[in-house]
Amino acid sequence: MEFGLTEEQRDIQTMTRDFARERIAPRAREWDREHVVPMDLLAELGELGLLGVCVPEEYGGAGADYLSFILVIEELSRADAGVGVAVAVNTSLATLPILEFGTQEQKQVWVSRLASGEVLGAYALTEPGSGSDAASIVTSARRDGDGYLLNGAKQFITNAGFAGLFVVMARTGPPGSGAQGVTAFLVDAATEGLALGREEEKLGLNSSSTRGLVLENVRVAESARLGAEGEGFVIAMKTLDGGRIGIAAQAIGIAQAGLDTALAYAGQRQQFGQLIADFQAIQWKLADMDKDIDAARLLTYRAAWLKMSGLPHTAEGAKAKLFASEMARRHTAEAVQVLGGYGYTKEFPVERYYRDAKITEIYEGTSEIQRLVIARELLKS
Amino acid sequence: MQTVVLVKQVVDTEAEKRLLPGEWRLDRASVENILNPYDEYAVEAAVQLKEELGGEVTVLSMGPQEAEEAIRKALAMGADRGVLVSDPVLQGSDALATARVLAQVLRGLGFDLVLCGSMSTDAQTGLVPAALGELLDLPVLGAVNRLEVHGGSLKAARQTDEGAIVYECPLPAVVAVAKGINEPRYPSLRGIMGAKKKPLDTKTAADLALELGAVGLGGARTRVHAATSVPPRAAGKTVTEYESPQEGARLLADFLHENKLV
Ligand SMILES: Cc1cc2nc3c(=O)[nH]c(=O)nc-3n(C[C@H](O)[C@H](O)[C@H](O)COP(=O)(O)OP(=O)(O)OC[C@H]3O[C@@H](n4cnc5c(N)ncnc54)[C@H](O)[C@@H]3O)c2cc1C
Ligand SMILES: Cc1cc2nc3c(=O)[nH]c(=O)nc-3n(C[C@H](O)[C@H](O)[C@H](O)COP(=O)(O)OP(=O)(O)OC[C@H]3O[C@@H](n4cnc5c(N)ncnc54)[C@H](O)[C@@H]3O)c2cc1C
Repeated sequence: MEFGLTEEQRDIQTMTRDFARERIAPRAREWDREHVVPMDLLAELGELGLLGVCVPEEYGGAGADYLSFILVIEELSRADAGVGVAVAVNTSLATLPILEFGTQEQKQVWVSRLASGEVLGAYALTEPGSGSDAASIVTSARRDGDGYLLNGAKQFITNAGFAGLFVVMARTGPPGSGAQGVTAFLVDAATEGLALGREEEKLGLNSSSTRGLVLENVRVAESARLGAEGEGFVIAMKTLDGGRIGIAAQAIGIAQAGLDTALAYAGQRQQFGQLIADFQAIQWKLADMDKDIDAARLLTYRAAWLKMSGLPHTAEGAKAKLFASEMARRHTAEAVQVLGGYGYTKEFPVERYYRDAKITEIYEGTSEIQRLVIARELLKS
Repeated sequence: MQTVVLVKQVVDTEAEKRLLPGEWRLDRASVENILNPYDEYAVEAAVQLKEELGGEVTVLSMGPQEAEEAIRKALAMGADRGVLVSDPVLQGSDALATARVLAQVLRGLGFDLVLCGSMSTDAQTGLVPAALGELLDLPVLGAVNRLEVHGGSLKAARQTDEGAIVYECPLPAVVAVAKGINEPRYPSLRGIMGAKKKPLDTKTAADLALELGAVGLGGARTRVHAATSVPPRAAGKTVTEYESPQEGARLLADFLHENKLV
């Protein structure tokens, strides 16, 4: 067993932490209040190589490993969860499936642009009538000459407002054909017939763009198909197997930010003539936060290690995401508690962490679905 | 353009520091170490000169083996190669002894320019650049916040309270840069990944044929005899009694003037 980070992973973590602390955290409050997606910052992340951390150098990435990418998501999310998810989606849900399932041409066309931030990617699976039951999607892709015509609607698509590429799951099989009838497509955002819905008004994650898509006779060439016809559901699920590890890292980052603030506050605030950090009730909260953040890290880094070692990681990723997200929701609430009334105000960032943490229990598979995934693996044997 | 940047690994400026009782040296084991923030400006200046004029940037440090991390950061920012002088016999070197070691390495490297930070954030003597100039018989310019190189000479400006003073001097020279001369870049991931592939030589006192009496604790001309903590800050002054906001503001302004804070 080896629990240490490599020199390279540590250097990447340190650089990202410094950058996030100095350049992201000071602006996060304003982005949250104004509902702004910081495009200038995303461009800067591209220049630093943070949009293609685990993308091979030959495709314009930094060529670091998957765990480095996970460390980057954690550090970015510690400063701003919306920035964290923008990067997570761009890499795990848009770039990695192209690298894993794409043709040479698709990799050439898209990957280096996604890794540099010239184009940002999004992943469109969810539909108004199809969330957890993703195999029930009805967006259709009909053969049309030498290509396909896509019709339908997608819901809650992260990065939609500025994405240049959508990885779209659509049905090539007949209605009701289930998982076998789904195919994945790489759809250029500029394609005619593709329109965006309005920005969702959300509980949190306000620096992230979440919009619906309407596809009306969107014509794509056969070369835009990712993988074979009927392979789309498998691609979508395998992609989420990895994506979840990124969401676990996002949750850890948010929880760590909560602990950072709670710890600093407890060391300053006096009541009953002593620091609140001297009350055992507060110490226990801080100790539990630290303990659970640590546990979540171990689950998450292990899942990342399995993935980068080419080993199965479906259940391990689900466990990491499930544990980390529930832990983040619970402990960001405790962080608010440590700050008392001040924690409930927007003077301090913990109420934002609390609102942001909640989403990690929902997207890329709800907690109920994670339990279903874990149980299914458990009952298999 | 061959530039050598001198970098020191220091304890994290934000960390709580501790002195070893009796020795009055910093307990380095207890805290995180970072590249001296002032040296980041020097590295950035060197990399910018390389981008403008071509050539090579060498990073030189004396310190424990972990100081390699500070060198690696400079390499990730764009320097080309590193030299670390590390040897237990060098422990306890003061600023003069440190400069002797660094001067000896510099004699063996060809260079047009030596760039340093204005001071380290731990010992903060600011003596090393001047001592190096003396030992190498080179011109020294300190607190430089603008730097240009033209042919065989450099033009440097330093900001004073009265205005900017502009100097010119022939190369080679030793320049200590001030905070704010530039905005040091964050190393890119490509830089970080590439840094590991760049050459990093480690040298011992024997490699440098150093005279052992002149370096380390034995060569130090200064001794720290005692260290005391800064007394806790006195309570601040709160302005509570005033007739109007204007008067309150005036009382605050008076306080700032009286204490020469503005
Ligand atoms: C901010 C945000 C960003 C998003 N980004 C993306 C994106 O980029 N791309 C994308 O494709 N989607 C995205 N989503 C969609 C997200 O993945 C779905 O919302 C999620 O999968 C749940 O689907 P649903 O909302 O339809 O809920 P439903 O599936 O309707 O679930 C409602 C409730 O029923 C429970 N439930 C459902 N099925 C079961 C079951 N079998 N057993 C037990 N309980 C069950 C759920 O756990 C949940 O509690 C995003 C959503 C949000 C809010
Ligand atoms: C209170 C106190 C405690 C000390 N504790 C220790 C200790 O625990 N261990 C120990 O080894 N020494 C210790 N020293 C010695 C001190 O580290 C040396 O004085 C130092 O090596 C040089 O002085 P400076 O840090 O003030 O550098 P400055 O003269 O302030 O530095 C200016 C510039 O010189 C260059 N430079 C300085 N030092 C180096 C270096 N080592 N390598 C490369 N470039 C450099 C950098 O560019 C730097 O920006 C201590 C000194 C004092 C006063």
